[in-house]
Amino acid sequence: MNSLPVENRRHGVKTLLGWMGALTLVWVFHFFVANEIDPYYFAIIIYAGVNIILAVSLNLVNGFTGQFSMGHAGFMSVGGYVAAYLTTTCETTHPHWINDPYYSFFLLFGALITGGIVASGVGYLVGLPSLRLKGDYLAIVTLGFGEIIRVIVLNLDVVGGARGLPNIPPLTHFGWVYSFVVLTIFTIWRLVRSAHGRAFLSVREDEIAAEAMGVNTTKAKVRAFVIGAFFAGIAGGLFAHYLRYLNPQTFDFNRSFEIIIMVVLGGMGSITGSVVAAVFLTVIREALRPLQELTKIDFRMVIYSLMLIILMLTRPNGLLGTREYTDFLPKWLSRKGRAREPSV
Amino acid sequence: MLELVQHLVNGLSIGSIYALIALGYTMVFGILQLINFAHGDVYMLGAFIGLYTARFFGFGQASSIGALLVTLIASMIGCACAGFLIERFAYRPLRKSPRINVLITAVGVSLFLEFSGQLLFGSDPKFFPQLFQPSVDWSIGELKINPIQIFVFIISLILMGVLQTIIFHTRLGRAMRAVSFNHDLASLMGIPTDRVISYTFMLGSALAGAAGVLVGLTYPKIDPLMGTMPGLKAFVAAVLGGIGNITGAVVGAIFLGLAEEFLVGYWASTYRDALAFAILILILLFKPTGLFGTRRTEKV
Repeated sequence: MNSLPVENRRHGVKTLLGWMGALTLVWVFHFFVANEIDPYYFAIIIYAGVNIILAVSLNLVNGFTGQFSMGHAGFMSVGGYVAAYLTTTCETTHPHWINDPYYSFFLLFGALITGGIVASGVGYLVGLPSLRLKGDYLAIVTLGFGEIIRVIVLNLDVVGGARGLPNIPPLTHFGWVYSFVVLTIFTIWRLVRSAHGRAFLSVREDEIAAEAMGVNTTKAKVRAFVIGAFFAGIAGGLFAHYLRYLNPQTFDFNRSFEIIIMVVLGGMGSITGSVVAAVFLTVIREALRPLQELTKIDFRMVIYSLMLIILMLTRPNGLLGTREYTDFLPKWLSRKGRAREPSV
Repeated sequence: MLELVQHLVNGLSIGSIYALIALGYTMVFGILQLINFAHGDVYMLGAFIGLYTARFFGFGQASSIGALLVTLIASMIGCACAGFLIERFAYRPLRKSPRINVLITAVGVSLFLEFSGQLLFGSDPKFFPQLFQPSVDWSIGELKINPIQIFVFIISLILMGVLQTIIFHTRLGRAMRAVSFNHDLASLMGIPTDRVISYTFMLGSALAGAAGVLVGLTYPKIDPLMGTMPGLKAFVAAVLGGIGNITGAVVGAIFLGLAEEFLVGYWASTYRDALAFAILILILLFKPTGLFGTRRTEKV
């Protein structure tokens, strides 16, 4: 296993500054560049952002904690439906809020966070019993829960049931999506380098040894699960307010599988890998579209599944394994390199 | 009362199809501790092989028991080959890998079969030819029973009997039990474990293929994604009965078939697909070993 650099307080402040810089960059881009982009490419950029949030949050569960969850789309749908329900209700009761930039800002923020919290609540309910299970069983149970969530939504008339939930106000824009991308990456990046995060890693490496060292493995797993579900819920909310229409069918098993392949392709336990794979797969999906229209056949899932099999046979750790982008920086730039220099 | 018996017959017939699939799951799990996600899709493959065999021989018009048997056997052989290929090229190279990698591969194989099935067969549902068309429904008083359902049930029973004989009364069966008991020791005793594992996959896949043809008889609409749900449900049935246990798989599958049928008949038909998973979660929480399973303790 890769040893993660032990960072001191000064590095923490520096990192924080770095992340604030990233956030500023997002908003600069939002105000000055985003309007210039062709709407089609803009949509791809938005979906890439949503997929990054999903992949990185699933990586916390599947990669860093080593629990193979197959129900991420379920949490996404919970967050999406809750957030969309809140804003659509608000639209009917207070129509002017949606058009007012300040109200709509807080409305969307509140709706997203509520969606995330409800999703993590569901994650808690799902995780608490099922995380006592190991490996394969856990995979099937989370898959089952994803399906149960879908069937329940299908039967909920409040959110349209099988007809779907239309006319969601279009509140998501570039700034929102990428702010949450930065926030998700920041949270999980810092988390896996904290004491709690080390507990997650220890659960992945050897559960019995972790328990022997005093890690409450069930609690660690549930925590990872709840945090993962929270960000999946946020991603669902962002997705809902961009697409403006939700349907239970959108969040079926194939959706979960798409997120899984992003995590596996990028490397289970590598945030950089998840980001790269999420962007890559979102773009490749669009790149394959002309081929699909030409032949009237959907090659995408065939290619995904073949990619997964070949990946497991030839490079089971994914493209990056557990390495991050910091491992590829030249020595003088990376902290690890500097840390090795003798201190005076 | 009448309705009750009707549901009972339907439940037994769908339960016996689940049982045939569940047997493959439970055998593979018993021998490799692997959940073969692709198993439900082998069952789909079975239905399609059946369809194309029937078309090839022109069985659509002339319905007879002979035609059915030919189709059944062709589909079982085809699925056995598919099972062999899947094991040989996807799972065997990963024999020494962590289980999570094998699991991911299994998911990949499953999706590969589903979506390449869509490429090959087209994604629209196909009509399965009625190979065996009894002229009248059997009626006992008011009660009308479709003979096909009884027929499906009987064929399933025969196949399960054959499987039971193979496992408990042949050399191959003894080798299979030995490998599932202890993989390394079995190979030290001179059992060619890889070959035995191949045979296990072939046997399980053949049963799934038979289930595919039988389901085509009862519900004659087949499509490339038909395997997902029955596959997962059969897995639930296998867990319910205690995974790795042959009798348990059959009992669990019949139970699940009946439970589903009664849920749909008396309560809420839209929750049909959620029931299996609810049962799975309950059983894993309260009796993870299933009804007939034995507890395996984890050693460090």
